[in-house]
Amino acid sequence: MIAYLLQQAINALQLGSVYALIALGYSMVYGVLRLINFAHGDVFMVGAFLGFFAAAVMRWPFVATLLFSMVGTAALGVTIERVAYRPLRDAPRVSAVITALGVGLFLEHFVLATVGAQPRQIPRMIPVRFYPLPGGIGFSSSQAVIFGVALLLMLVLDLFVNRTMTGMAMRAISWDIRHLPLMGVPVNRIVSLTFAIGSALAAAGGILVGLAYPIIDPYMGILVGWKAFVAAVVGGIGSVRGAMVGGYVLAATEVFVAAFLPSTYRDFVAFSLLLALLVFRPTGMLGRVWAQKV
Amino acid sequence: MRRSPALAAMGVLAALLAAAPALAAEIVVGLNVELTGSIPVVGQSSLNGARMAVDEVNQAGGLQVGGQRYTVRLQVEDNEDKAQSAVAAAQKLYYQDNVIAMIGPNASRNAVPAADIAESARAPMISPWSTNPSTTRGKRYVFRAAFTDDFQGRVVASFARQHFNAQRAAVLFDVASEYNKGIAEVFRQAFTELGGQVVAFETYTTGDKDFLSQLTKIRAARPDILFLPNYYSEVPLQVQQAHMIGLNVPIIGSDSWGFSDLLTLGGADMEGLMFTTHYAPDIATPVARRFIDAYRQRYGSAPDDVAALTYDSFQLLFLALQQAGRVDREAVRNALASIQRYEGVTGTMQFKGTGDPIKSAVVIQIKDGQFKYFTTANP
Repeated sequence: MIAYLLQQAINALQLGSVYALIALGYSMVYGVLRLINFAHGDVFMVGAFLGFFAAAVMRWPFVATLLFSMVGTAALGVTIERVAYRPLRDAPRVSAVITALGVGLFLEHFVLATVGAQPRQIPRMIPVRFYPLPGGIGFSSSQAVIFGVALLLMLVLDLFVNRTMTGMAMRAISWDIRHLPLMGVPVNRIVSLTFAIGSALAAAGGILVGLAYPIIDPYMGILVGWKAFVAAVVGGIGSVRGAMVGGYVLAATEVFVAAFLPSTYRDFVAFSLLLALLVFRPTGMLGRVWAQKV
Repeated sequence: MRRSPALAAMGVLAALLAAAPALAAEIVVGLNVELTGSIPVVGQSSLNGARMAVDEVNQAGGLQVGGQRYTVRLQVEDNEDKAQSAVAAAQKLYYQDNVIAMIGPNASRNAVPAADIAESARAPMISPWSTNPSTTRGKRYVFRAAFTDDFQGRVVASFARQHFNAQRAAVLFDVASEYNKGIAEVFRQAFTELGGQVVAFETYTTGDKDFLSQLTKIRAARPDILFLPNYYSEVPLQVQQAHMIGLNVPIIGSDSWGFSDLLTLGGADMEGLMFTTHYAPDIATPVARRFIDAYRQRYGSAPDDVAALTYDSFQLLFLALQQAGRVDREAVRNALASIQRYEGVTGTMQFKGTGDPIKSAVVIQIKDGQFKYFTTANP
């Protein structure tokens, strides 16, 4: 029984790492712009396809693939912000959200038109090994890499946001974007950087998904994107640490519900639990209460 | 007296129309397939199979019906893989083009609504590929060339019991898809009736990529066999994850596995696995051999299930026309419903009053990265 629990916990860590990396992008963008960037799930998909290009066509190794995909997707994120969101920064919020949905559809159909609808296989970038633990359980090399890379990226991000001047500027934007330029903070540059980092993390998520679930298709971002969004809200949208916690909480809820109840009830029970949590903590687990300034 | 050129043209046309039946007796057969939409491969394969069947008959001098030779003409309509377009196409074929019978649609989501049009037009329809029981259930004029999901679920269950001697079975299936759910439920019932025990019956939703939680649960239930009645784009992930967590029991599948993408996506993990389907290209009955060679020569690739089943649908129709002895919808329907024995590309078929053929399924094994015929199976 304990072995079974531990094995399911390892499964939850793998899934949670992916959710957390994508949830970070939702949360960071919401933090600075109050924008729910619904194109984020599709940015994650583009990251996976860039990884496919690097690994399957160029035959690059894992680290090169990861870096290439992160840089390419960061550029994509910055471009999207520049072209689609910046002109609407003072427009009603709903215009920006609709634009985000449109950008997402554009990315899906762009990949559909250029790469095609059929699913693609990402080649194995690291040798598959299985490490047994006592009790008949174990973990695989890809699970170790996924958890390790995700943890490392989140640690670096956390240090960056909390310990550097740029990180401080990012947090400051989330408090008051209107008056911040008076303090000499280059708001546009910080916003671009936020999109770059968020998108790069989504690309890392895409590559890690490629390790764990090596079949990718142009619609893969929709479901994972929604779940990561839920993870960001549960963790407290706008909070970086909240997104990380939310990712693992959502994954653990899904995995353990399926582990002990009929799996048909998985999403129903998991999301009911998360809804109940939001009833008691409407701002999420680590979210701040926003006072309306009058 | 001046006559307008338009009037003259109409006069010529009328003369031609009047003369047409005398020049060449013609039978028009409708084809209602998915040429565009989400499964264009299915529509194209179906059209390929249809063209081959029709051209063969015409090259042999036409079809002999009741002592007269008829040329067969194919009237093709694209149903865009949409239910409402399939209905519109069926109405056009039956009422406007006045076809003797309609072949298609292939996907059950199109075939089920189109079947209602066939019923109200009181005209025969043969769906090559639809396996959902409701396509033909309670209908008088609707037939199919494929076996049904119910049949296939029972075939897999008995194959698992007999060939693998399995006592404890596990199933993982997409609960959001009618096809997967239907087969899984029939399998559970049949496997239990055959004295086995279904120890895990786990589900997921279309689009999921992580199955570790369910597979870990399945492993804890200690099954002898795992049944995955899912689509070819998801099965490789499920198999890879099962192998990763050390769930090394035999894995079997259903006809949704039968696309070459399964092999490219799954790689070495798929080696040795088996699934049931409609026919095997390497099976060596003379009828099938001749069809496969001719198809390969004409189109440059091996025919898939849909192409073979469409070809068989046309042969069934031709046979029924010959047996009916006249070009009449009711007579053709009666002849179809009582075909005693038709030796087709996809096996031997027989109809006993219903629209569902009595035929066998084949079991395919994946060997050296290819689909290979393993055995023929019945419930």
